[in-house]
Amino acid sequence: MNSPLLRYFGRRCLQALVVIFIVIIGNFMLLHSVPGDMVDVMAGQGGDMDAELMATLRARYGLDQPIMVQLGHYILNIFSGDLGYSYRHSSSVLTMILHGLPATTLLVVCSVIVAVIFGTLTGVLAARHAHKPLDVALSVVVLFFYATPIFLTGLALMLIFCVELKWLPLSGLTTPGVDMGVFARIRDIAWHLILPVVSLSLFYIAIYARLARASMLQVMNQDYIRTAHAKGLSGVHVILGHALRNALLPVVTMAGLQVAELFGGAVLTESIFGLPGIGRLAYDSVFERNFPLILGILIVCSFIIILVNLVVDLIYTRLDPRVELSR
Amino acid sequence: MSIRSIKTLWIASALALATHAGSPMADEPVRGGTLSMIISPSPQILTSAITTAGAEQVVSSKISDSLLTYDFDLNPKPQLAQSWSISPDGLRVTFKLRPGVHWHDGKDFTSEDVAFTCMNVWKVLNGRDRTIFGNVTSVETPDPLTVVFVLSAPSPGMMKSLAAQQAQILPAHLYKGTDIATNPYNLKPVGTGPFKFVSYAPGDNLVLERNPDYWDKGKPYLDKLIFRFISDPATTSSALESGEVQLVNQNLVPMSDLERFKDSGDFDITTKGYEFQNEMEMSEFNLDDPIMKNIKVRQAIAHAVDKQWLLDNVFFGYGKVANTPLHSHLTALYDTNGVPAYGYDPVLAAKLLDEAGYKAGPDGTRFKLTIDPLPYGDYQNLVADYMREALKQVGIVVTVRSSDFAGWVKRVYTDRDFQMTVNLLTGGSDPTIGTQRSFWSKSFKIGVGFANGSHYMNPEMDKLLEAGASEVDAAKRKQDYLEFQRLAMTDLPVLPLVAVDSVTVANKKVHNHSIDAHGTFGNFADVYLSK
Repeated sequence: MNSPLLRYFGRRCLQALVVIFIVIIGNFMLLHSVPGDMVDVMAGQGGDMDAELMATLRARYGLDQPIMVQLGHYILNIFSGDLGYSYRHSSSVLTMILHGLPATTLLVVCSVIVAVIFGTLTGVLAARHAHKPLDVALSVVVLFFYATPIFLTGLALMLIFCVELKWLPLSGLTTPGVDMGVFARIRDIAWHLILPVVSLSLFYIAIYARLARASMLQVMNQDYIRTAHAKGLSGVHVILGHALRNALLPVVTMAGLQVAELFGGAVLTESIFGLPGIGRLAYDSVFERNFPLILGILIVCSFIIILVNLVVDLIYTRLDPRVELSR
Repeated sequence: MSIRSIKTLWIASALALATHAGSPMADEPVRGGTLSMIISPSPQILTSAITTAGAEQVVSSKISDSLLTYDFDLNPKPQLAQSWSISPDGLRVTFKLRPGVHWHDGKDFTSEDVAFTCMNVWKVLNGRDRTIFGNVTSVETPDPLTVVFVLSAPSPGMMKSLAAQQAQILPAHLYKGTDIATNPYNLKPVGTGPFKFVSYAPGDNLVLERNPDYWDKGKPYLDKLIFRFISDPATTSSALESGEVQLVNQNLVPMSDLERFKDSGDFDITTKGYEFQNEMEMSEFNLDDPIMKNIKVRQAIAHAVDKQWLLDNVFFGYGKVANTPLHSHLTALYDTNGVPAYGYDPVLAAKLLDEAGYKAGPDGTRFKLTIDPLPYGDYQNLVADYMREALKQVGIVVTVRSSDFAGWVKRVYTDRDFQMTVNLLTGGSDPTIGTQRSFWSKSFKIGVGFANGSHYMNPEMDKLLEAGASEVDAAKRKQDYLEFQRLAMTDLPVLPLVAVDSVTVANKKVHNHSIDAHGTFGNFADVYLSK
């Protein structure tokens, strides 16, 4: 089966390249259509700057060259692995992105896992007791958290667990200024991630619960489930062994989409809990008109999303034998 | 009980009360402890020699000292300079430096560091310092402990700016011959200050530790200083309440939350320590606009806005109503004597608009006006919203336009596509540093932000400003700036609204955080935490 698989991967890589190319050019043009540039922002935030210094800075950052020239330089640099330099941070764009990726990755992966597990469980439970009081109760709770804005959930949790009870740390990825061993550090980070992950998950649990419930209900009515019951299989075996595998397809799709969305979009959660992730970095850099950094983040995020989509497609083939990779 | 023992009891109690009443708790600084402070936004660079942005200044001034500091009345006090003298013509300023000061890497601090930083950093890369040190033609270093600034014209403004908050000194031995703007020491700074750099996690935190070789023996008292970069105001308040941080400055705690902190009894709220900055909430009128050109229209708008209302409701009373462009903290120069004031008088405003030729139409409208508030914090938006309602009362229909920071700067200072702004301008410790830029014809350049947005060109004003800038005689200088204030409020290219007070909220355990004009922007050598 190697040949079709290789061809498949080859095609996907080509598609990936095209997508990233479009991302670069599209966003480059979009960014340059917005008024104001990085030197305007620096001049403003510093309180003032004279015309001479601004001209010097614009020349240094290459902002005074025609757009197509800037775009050309940028694309050439990417091929040599140079995503550019962020003058505001006195670091390369790649360094800034690598700084931000750990926090966001931890937040996103943990949130998706928690949301998928608890959401699916809730949905399965609700489907099992469909239209009965438990189902209604679960739906209400889940809908409550879906309707509540993420920042409100986050702040409420923070007030209860950090300010009132003082059980959990309030902000940041880890406790600053304290030396600790590897295991202590891991525990410290885990402690800091509890509230952000919970806040973010509570929102998405609703989606997975609804999806899983609807999907399960649909699957439970199929003939092969009736056959499995008739064969004498226990309820749990029927659900886990037969029904769930098929009901999971929409859940997996959604999970893939969620990972993609969160990689650049968990800005609110990152802001409230002070997590130094790339969501916040991207958001701040738009307002700073820090083009190299914005473009760098967009490229990296596009890459991650393409990768995630590939993984999701592969999971499909495991879940549903009817889905084939090659054509 | 016997009479004797009762007497003893009385005497003992009296003595006990006397000694306790006479000695306040925590008079003696307590050694040790870690202070956590919130600043925002995350500093991009760790030395304020190159940038004058706020967060960078807070951090940088604890890592490195400079020549002077300033007390609450903006009088200079020695820091790395022990004594100084100015030549009678004001063209040579000599500083004698403190001996025995070392950089954190052990090398000696000498006059060479001052000369190098002034000529290569302040005059070249720092937006504000380029103006402040504009008259410096050279810096002489006759010996390692003497620095002489040679000026082309007297600069009293420079004498008010030689603090770490504004004029940060860099180590010449680490920066000479390098590209200063991209030098790696910008992110792992080496300084002469009470705290040494430990680690920096961008967007998260910055850790500093005590410098055991600090020149002021015995100080600092703190072991560690941690800066947390928290951008969300609700998180900031929560962190302070929970005790995770002990100090928040610069209005990062929303003014609406301040009552809660005041009532809790565990926090000190102070507006002291901002005398070096002096921020003014002001409206710039675009004098190139046909309607704003008319002085009567500007005067009418000045009378139609209730500045006291703004102070009470937008700024929660933290500040003073501004009737001159100078902040009241500039005690030597601030003066309202004979300066035209524009009290809240909508009836007079309507009359002035009639005189200006803008009669009210059948629906009461005289003309339409756009206001562009600076998108930096909330206050400008709130002021603009108030103005929309206040000006409606006199027949001006206002549209408040929103934008993000970069877009606003471009619209106002490059495209000049505006009629009126609501702006927050830094006055600085001397009029030449901040205020002058709004009134000096030479400050006006397309594309340069926060500089003469009105396009106000008045040779008489220029003469006053230039005379005051280089006037060495204190009495004459006061007179120059009095006339400046009179002319500014007569011509009204800019409408001062409120002289804003910034607020520091500190846990009561934190002592000495705001003991001079720099406040929390100072070096924290005297700060200690009581148990």
